[in-house]
Amino acid sequence: MPPSPERRFNSRLGLILFAVYLVLYLGFVLTNALQPSAMETIIVLGLNLAIVYGFALIVAAIFLALLYGLLCRKEIPNATANTDRPQEGASE
Amino acid sequence: MIYEPSWIAVFVFLAFVVFTVGLSFYLGRKATSSQGYFAAHGQIPWFVNGIAFAGDYLSAASFLGICGMIAAYGYDGFLYSIGYLAGWIVALFVIAEPMKRLGRFTFADALDAQFNSRGIKLAAGVSTLAVSVFYLIPQMVGAGSLIQPLLGFPHWVGVVLVGIVVITIVVTAGMVSTTWVQFLKGSLLVLFSAILVIIVLDRGFTVSDGGLKTIGPIDRSDIRSAEIEGRTVLPPEAGWDKHPEFVRLVNSKGGFDIFRIAASPDNDPDRAILAQAQAMTVLSDGRKLVDGLPFGAGEAERQLMPIGHITKLPDGYADSKSVGPISFFTTLQDSEVVLWGNTVVRTDDGSTTKVFYQKPTDGSHVLRPGEHPTFAGIRSGGAKDRVNFLSLMLALFCGTASLPHILIRYYTVKDASAARKSTIVGITSIGFFYVLTLYLGLGAMTSGALDLTDTNMAAPLLARSMSQWLFAIISAIAFTTVLGTVSGLILASSGAVAHDLIGGVMGIELTEHAQVRVAKIAAVAVGAIAILLGIAFKEMNVSYLVGWAFSVAASANLPALVMLLFWKGTTKQGIIASVIVGMVSSLGWILLSADTYQKVYGWDAADAIAPFSQPGIVTIPLAFATLVLVSLMTRSAQTPSP
Repeated sequence: MPPSPERRFNSRLGLILFAVYLVLYLGFVLTNALQPSAMETIIVLGLNLAIVYGFALIVAAIFLALLYGLLCRKEIPNATANTDRPQEGASE
Repeated sequence: MIYEPSWIAVFVFLAFVVFTVGLSFYLGRKATSSQGYFAAHGQIPWFVNGIAFAGDYLSAASFLGICGMIAAYGYDGFLYSIGYLAGWIVALFVIAEPMKRLGRFTFADALDAQFNSRGIKLAAGVSTLAVSVFYLIPQMVGAGSLIQPLLGFPHWVGVVLVGIVVITIVVTAGMVSTTWVQFLKGSLLVLFSAILVIIVLDRGFTVSDGGLKTIGPIDRSDIRSAEIEGRTVLPPEAGWDKHPEFVRLVNSKGGFDIFRIAASPDNDPDRAILAQAQAMTVLSDGRKLVDGLPFGAGEAERQLMPIGHITKLPDGYADSKSVGPISFFTTLQDSEVVLWGNTVVRTDDGSTTKVFYQKPTDGSHVLRPGEHPTFAGIRSGGAKDRVNFLSLMLALFCGTASLPHILIRYYTVKDASAARKSTIVGITSIGFFYVLTLYLGLGAMTSGALDLTDTNMAAPLLARSMSQWLFAIISAIAFTTVLGTVSGLILASSGAVAHDLIGGVMGIELTEHAQVRVAKIAAVAVGAIAILLGIAFKEMNVSYLVGWAFSVAASANLPALVMLLFWKGTTKQGIIASVIVGMVSSLGWILLSADTYQKVYGWDAADAIAPFSQPGIVTIPLAFATLVLVSLMTRSAQTPSP
């Protein structure tokens, strides 16, 4: 049985939000690794980029998680069958 | 440091332990079936499960390790906070709901849902055991560190005590009681950490000399004379002569005060100051001396002084008064704090002395990455160090969603929607806690209460600098933190043994009761292994050890799980190969790395075979590639020709 439209929507939403966070996280990690001196730059309220970006990543994680919870569609009970993985992939 | 046990601490600690074990016995009566024992009948409310996620996840590594690393080196410890939380995004958006739909009791269930393959059960079961045992080590090390100041017992006694209590909890109860213990612990941990942070902000910063003496400025030519300020200078006998930066002055008790030569504040090259250091000597017969006197708290004995002070505040103020959440950082940014370095002096009589010395450091430097030796390379420009850093951050990102004790928690709620909601509650509470870690760590750095030889004790010692009651409560919560996480890990391991290996691989049909009994026997065995490893790895920072556990989890488990969900071409052989290659390569890499050579085997780090310490950046893609390659090979062999 194919996944319900609600589950497809939720999965796609999850992957989009994941991609958004991945970009933010990659930006942080790569800045630290390749341009570490940039993290010392004071950018707002006397705080440096390391503190602001670090806190922003934590706040973004919480915000995206809440957004996901808010936007996810309720799945109808008979569509909760085990359809996460397409059968054709099984090689048994 | 020598800790004198306080009756308040002992009382609060025992009350926590008795309550926790009592709760386990009470709830354990309901967990006689395997569904109850491993998955709490899938009836845990999502909010409780979400906080229990925080309880499971905010382990000794988060509370003790991260705070300790921040207290000792500054911002670098916060990198772990960021990485640990980022991993939850993978868990929420990619893993949580499918995991709940696919599995029943264990990680292997989910991986094997479409195949019913003994090979997958074997690989996933062994991988669960390997990751759990690796993750158990830092928890046990943290437990030992906590017991010392609480009850005055040696480190190993703490490890054994935790092992026994946890085995009792797991054997008597199972997932129901583990979940409620985690819920309580998670709530208390976040609440009391917030209280500590409020007190840290209210207290602000105060300039101090940390109780340490400074001599000078004096002429550099006088430093090698027979006397300084009327005190005899000990001649630099064999071994000490290789460290001309240190000067030892005889004190009235028969020991010495040791000083490190530092630049004069007026930058006069002919003059210097002597800044007090501290020396811990281990004699060839194993006896310990501090500054030349027997280690102890008696009259003719000495112990290392607590550390952590600030020497300059902005605009020459001596006290900042209370600060806000932002001015906390801006004040520290323009201050000077004292971090501590150390160097080892070996003398001809076979004794080894570790000299701890002050390193006055700009506040701005502790608020940027790169002070910890592990991360220092990212600023020095070494390509290998940068790859090592990227590798660690990748492992933290990918590791959370692959940890067995986190994955099994998805089975304790009723459906995928509840799994999603509980993960959101988990992320919110864990994220809030990680914000607090930076304040806690930096607060501890300037608290004057830190133990030079044990960074893991930073948060409880910060509490002790405020009140004995807070110290007692925080220590007890930290101890319960260890209990909870270790319970979850042992439960995951025992599930892997009873359900995956014995039931799934050996094909032995066990009744519900027999399966639970086998799981309990496995819990005792895994607990015993954890005790031994906890004693062996005593010296290492728990957060660092957890970084390794994440690497193994991310390499062994995540590639198979992700590809199973997103690639139709995945075959059972691909999954088995991926799990095995990920696990063996990451474990092998860690065992052959410079850190393990130096800190575990005591060998020369330069001889290490692995080019850098963190394996994730190589072993995670390797596991993905293995899965794709083996799946393509086995799939084409099984697909009939047109």
